[in-house]
Amino acid sequence: MVKGCWESECVHSFHREGVPFGEGEKGGRKGTSIWIVLAPGRGQWGLGVSHCPVLYYNTLLFLFGGRTTLFLFALNAPGSSQSGPLSCPLLSKVDLLKLPLALTTKSISERKSQLGGVGEQRRPGGGGGGPRKACSPPSRDMDNESQYSGYSYKSSHSRSSRKHRDRRDRHRSKSRDGSRGDKSVTIQTPGEPLLDAESTRGDDRDDNWGETTTVVTGTSEHSISNEDLTRVTKELEESTPLECKRFIGPALGGCLSFFALVTPLAFLILPQVLWRDALEPCGTPCEGLYVSLAFKLLVLLISSWALFLRPPRATLPRFFVFRCLLMVLVFLFVASYWLFYGVRVLEPRERDYRGIVEYAASLVDALLFIQYLALVLLEVRHLQPAFCLKVVRSTDGASKFYNVGHLSIQRAAVWVLDRYYSDFSVYNPALLNLPKSILSKKMTGFKVYSLDESTTNNSSGQSRAMIAAAARRRDNSHNEFYYEEAEMDRRVRKRKARLVVAVEEAFTHIKRLHEDEVASSPKHPREVMDPREAAQAIFAPMARAMQKYLRTTRQQAFHSMESILTHLQFCITHNMTPRAFLERYLSPGPTMQYQQQNGRGRQWTLVSEEPVTSALRQGLVFSLRRLDFSLVVTVTPLPFLRLGEEFIDPKSHKFVMRLQSETSV
Amino acid sequence: MSFVPGQPLTAVVQRIQIQKLRQGENLILGFSIGGGIDQDPGQNPFSDDKTDKGIYVTRITPGGPANAAGLRMGDKLMQVNGWDMTMVTHDQARKRLTKKNEDVVRLLVTRKSLEEAVKQSMGCFPRQ
Repeated sequence: MVKGCWESECVHSFHREGVPFGEGEKGGRKGTSIWIVLAPGRGQWGLGVSHCPVLYYNTLLFLFGGRTTLFLFALNAPGSSQSGPLSCPLLSKVDLLKLPLALTTKSISERKSQLGGVGEQRRPGGGGGGPRKACSPPSRDMDNESQYSGYSYKSSHSRSSRKHRDRRDRHRSKSRDGSRGDKSVTIQTPGEPLLDAESTRGDDRDDNWGETTTVVTGTSEHSISNEDLTRVTKELEESTPLECKRFIGPALGGCLSFFALVTPLAFLILPQVLWRDALEPCGTPCEGLYVSLAFKLLVLLISSWALFLRPPRATLPRFFVFRCLLMVLVFLFVASYWLFYGVRVLEPRERDYRGIVEYAASLVDALLFIQYLALVLLEVRHLQPAFCLKVVRSTDGASKFYNVGHLSIQRAAVWVLDRYYSDFSVYNPALLNLPKSILSKKMTGFKVYSLDESTTNNSSGQSRAMIAAAARRRDNSHNEFYYEEAEMDRRVRKRKARLVVAVEEAFTHIKRLHEDEVASSPKHPREVMDPREAAQAIFAPMARAMQKYLRTTRQQAFHSMESILTHLQFCITHNMTPRAFLERYLSPGPTMQYQQQNGRGRQWTLVSEEPVTSALRQGLVFSLRRLDFSLVVTVTPLPFLRLGEEFIDPKSHKFVMRLQSETSV
Repeated sequence: MSFVPGQPLTAVVQRIQIQKLRQGENLILGFSIGGGIDQDPGQNPFSDDKTDKGIYVTRITPGGPANAAGLRMGDKLMQVNGWDMTMVTHDQARKRLTKKNEDVVRLLVTRKSLEEAVKQSMGCFPRQ
């Protein structure tokens, strides 16, 4: 009867088992027990009836589980004389009640007012301390509860509790995808809900949402899911970046390389300083070695500067394996050289200075080889293309193919992001959804054919039958989409034409003043302007057309008036034509065009099933996520090419007319 | 037999009717053709004008129905059963001649000797 599982669903299902009144044996109502279910932790109370005479009255049952404890009181029906309606008022009235657990802290009086048909059992006869009844939403529909107490946003609940509820319930509604898919068109990415919780929700969100969530389920009111936690932390990270973390790696590398460069010089200088007199004099060969040492050090210095002293472009989530390897190698080399030096030269005060110089020279040689190794591993190995990466943006499907070499996943991610900023057109969230007019038409279509006349509320729940019927019904939204799209095209082109004409006209108002032009006569003084003023002067006639055009193509968020003026000034300065000025607005440029330079950098998350330091291979999929969109990258190897050879002698190019054919008939 | 493109072609023709001979499954006529608009006219040994892309009889099997009907080597086919043969491809010509449901082909052929014969006869009777 009471199942082992402990979600509130369990209670719900157990509750269902309470055979509703009217089913089950009509006569013989002996042993009917009334279950009063209390959940003190949540302040909810429930009442149910069951015919099962398992528990007799006054049996108290504790059910522990999770965070709440349910107390079950079982009462016997008052008496077996069930003839009159008054003798068991409960039995006659109580039907299957639902337990809206864990919702709000709405007062009981409000709940009571919502109780429709259960008006009479306010006071069960001698029950266990006057249990309070659970409210039952007016509609008796078991499947979808669209209006139940917790969900009126406009009610007077605190924002934080609403937030909690939002998060939890969204989490809950996400976990049951059942009937959601056929209603809403927008795809909710995981990153989205955080933003939504803060912003005010639109009406369409409300509609969809109310229809598909059910009452009885979910985690408790005060839980916060894991996803929310990570999102919150991510938000924090975005706002306060750790700038110093960026430079730890390079700083370490710098120290190590400085140490390595100084070591040969130390090897040479230390004996001179410490035991100069005891050293054997070393003439020409040493000097030759000095020269070679100096030049090798110089080469090492210059190439280190060229290759390694560049500001890092990205911080990777895991260690960059090759770089770590090289740093370890350098460290080991230098350490072992020092060890040898310390033991064999410093201690016994070696007197053969030439040997010491040769030793230092060999260290420099080894460093040069390590640098060669670094060059190959870090710079050269990944140049030969081996894989083809397909990068697709998740929101609008913009895709590109790139050829890369052998890289680890994280390095490939950095590579892709470099290309993303200059190849992909900027992400415009305003261009995503189908216009509401098309989608909402579908909704209004429901109402026309609605079978249930009593639905007065827009967002009221629609039964499953209606949903199925509507899905079968032939919908013409594709037709509307087609015409809407054509209309939009026409509108854009019209605005574009107006804009182009306005700009061309505006540009005719000014012209460049050359230095060798004769100074204007005092009769017609010309005002000489600098580019900024000139831009302001000609901006006015084209401002309106520009604004309308940007509105139509939904680009107005990317271009402020200030930016347009600046661009105009730039174009005037460089003698650009009106078309050149307009190219920035007529097509959405790459993301780089709209970047503001700030030192923070961009936060991307690499989502991958494999460890991110593993190498690329066929069939790998990883994605790079930002808050509101993500790039999904698929890896395929480039095909192996078998190139054959065919030699054609240039003298073999000869031609004849086609032969006469003869057919016998 | 030279022709000017675009102008109607005038020629003296001879009507020849050949009865197809059944040999096993096939109906044969007993001659071979060459030429056609998709062939090389320069290799035609029988034509005067080496740009003539008409269909010519290149070989006659001795004792065959064509021979018996009066077809001679070097004849140019002008019509076959009413179908024009002056502007056809080689394959089209073959098909026109080898239709399975036709027992007899009526050809209009022309040759140089015909023209000369007509000229001679015309020359004897000059026009008034």
